[in-house]
Amino acid sequence: MNQNQNKVTVVVTLLRVLIGWHFLYEGILKMYNPDWTSYGYLASAQGPLKSVFTALANDSSIAWVDTLNMAALVIVGITLILGVFERIGAIVGVGLLAMYYLSHPPFPGLTQLNVEGNYWFVNKNLIELVALLVVYYIPTGQRFGLGAFRKQKLAKTDVS
Amino acid sequence: MKWTRRDLLKGLGGLPILGAVWWAGAASTVGKRKERTAILEQLNITPSLPTAVPGISGDPIRIGIIGFGIRGEQLCRSLGFATKEWIADMELEVQENPNNKGLEDFLKQEKLNVQLAGVCDIFDVRAEKALNSFSTSENKIKRYATYKEMIHSGDIDAIIIATPDHWHAPMAIEALNNNIHVYIEKPMTHTIAETYHLRDAAHKSKAVLAVGHQHRQTLSFRTAKDIVDKGTLGHVSLIQTNTNRNSDNGAWNYEIHEKANEQTIDWAQFLGTAPEIPFNKNHFFRWRKWWAYGSGLSGDLLTHDYDRLNCVLNMGIPESVMASGGVYTHNDGRNVPDVLQVNMEFPNFNTGSSQQPGKERGMTFCYSATLGNGFSRPTILMGHDATMELGNRLTIWPDGGSTRYMEMLESEKMNPRVPIYQYDPASNSPDAVSSATSQYFADKGLMWTYIDGKRVDATFLHMREWLSVIANGGTVSCGIKEGFEEAIAAHMAGLSWKLGRRIEWDPELQIIKPIEGIDLDEVLLSNEMVTADFIMVS
Repeated sequence: MNQNQNKVTVVVTLLRVLIGWHFLYEGILKMYNPDWTSYGYLASAQGPLKSVFTALANDSSIAWVDTLNMAALVIVGITLILGVFERIGAIVGVGLLAMYYLSHPPFPGLTQLNVEGNYWFVNKNLIELVALLVVYYIPTGQRFGLGAFRKQKLAKTDVS
Repeated sequence: MKWTRRDLLKGLGGLPILGAVWWAGAASTVGKRKERTAILEQLNITPSLPTAVPGISGDPIRIGIIGFGIRGEQLCRSLGFATKEWIADMELEVQENPNNKGLEDFLKQEKLNVQLAGVCDIFDVRAEKALNSFSTSENKIKRYATYKEMIHSGDIDAIIIATPDHWHAPMAIEALNNNIHVYIEKPMTHTIAETYHLRDAAHKSKAVLAVGHQHRQTLSFRTAKDIVDKGTLGHVSLIQTNTNRNSDNGAWNYEIHEKANEQTIDWAQFLGTAPEIPFNKNHFFRWRKWWAYGSGLSGDLLTHDYDRLNCVLNMGIPESVMASGGVYTHNDGRNVPDVLQVNMEFPNFNTGSSQQPGKERGMTFCYSATLGNGFSRPTILMGHDATMELGNRLTIWPDGGSTRYMEMLESEKMNPRVPIYQYDPASNSPDAVSSATSQYFADKGLMWTYIDGKRVDATFLHMREWLSVIANGGTVSCGIKEGFEEAIAAHMAGLSWKLGRRIEWDPELQIIKPIEGIDLDEVLLSNEMVTADFIMVS
């Protein structure tokens, strides 16, 4: 492994852990707050997929949507921080971020609700999404994370 | 297989991070919730639930509507009767704005056990509109030429009065004297003398009188009452209420119908006791702009704000009133002011105190209105311990100088910039409100309230309560006592503006203190400006 590759691995590992940290913290806050709901966020959705998101805010579906969102956040957080099944975690995270991005897209002419900063097509959700694609394509769990044990285990099985 | 320490570190390095983030998130959320619970337990506020109203059984109550204009149509919708024209308009509206829930709400509204039996409107077009929409082969609706014919017909159990102000009391008194139930729009009366006559008639009558202050059904106001009663705000020394409108509709310049003429309108009946003038469409459709038929801001909009607070605080009639203002934004021939400031004094009123006894007493109710600016100023109750913003939502902020919350403020468990209580029964229901004027009423909690997160028309609840009392007995939330207080307070404000002086209430004798050489009712009704300072506009 050349030195440059090594540096890339370190940086991607760092990226993986930080994104995992972000997801986990968001998930935990929701998990411990029974009053939390994504209702307002979904009901105020904007843009071309508005009807899809407002439909999710329905009385019958909102409890499921809330639980799934919270569970997905925590699972993405755990897999990315611990470095195990991180590619699955990264894909789930990309899915979540894509939905967040599309429900309140920073398109010109749409009202931007509860955002800090100014955005034109590109916002932090989109950037984090692309960063997660990097995490997906450059797995680092074997360098730092429980993936290291999986590698050992696999190696052992191979030998026997 | 042997793992080195290095392998372990690389393999398990994520665990402490996971633990730290988990702990930080859980501790912060649980900690905040605990603080909130501690504050809420200390405040001990119980959000109000709607009162159960006994069902209206038996034969349907036969209702006659007097006045089928803008408000009359709205009241009929609250009873469950919408005109064909309105339904068609709303269907178009929904196509343009799917968030407009007006039609959906109307169709979902509970059906009341009533029969719309008669209509009385002196403008043919309006009376025919009602007949065209509501008269069916099973239920023929009769048009009455005068309110007296309707009251004495024997076919009507209850009337709804949605006429210009100067007709309110004569119609209500006639009905009550004949034991016909009355739902009367605000302001309850047009003159001081009428207010007493109507009170006598209501006391003597077997019929039920309800005054149309529908916000008494709004849950946030009931919750606000609980908040004030528990001393959450401490001593309230100042209340600020406002009217902020900036549109022709908001300034009462309603549409003049193309078919309006001397043949289609019974002009003499419109005038009634008002000064005789030749037929005038402007006066007929925009009557709120003249003292002869209406009472402008003091009767039309101050009454809403006064009664909203009277239902929370039960403060009664002010000991004195001072008003000022003028015709500053719509100099179009009207003689009621369009900018008005009213200060009502309640020197002996007290909402409780957290300081030494006797230090705090008395309150000013300040109403500030303009029809030339729509910036939304909230209603605020200012207490020594906290400030409450009152509308369909309630928000309470602790005051930096509070005695009651001193410890919590010092330990930074409370912060004057962070609300300690918020009540938003609508938090689950985003809605579109169609016009600026409806937004004005909606923000004030005058249009609807929310029950289990569902929007309910406050007027519907108010009428249902009236009908239930008619059928089952009991008391209405806005009856003659509340109506009397509202009317007297409004008349004091109107008089003060017209005379440019302080108007006082005598709580012993229960009269407005007389002013030598002045007939107060004559002043109140006069279309002429009484003081020289005002621009002559008539």
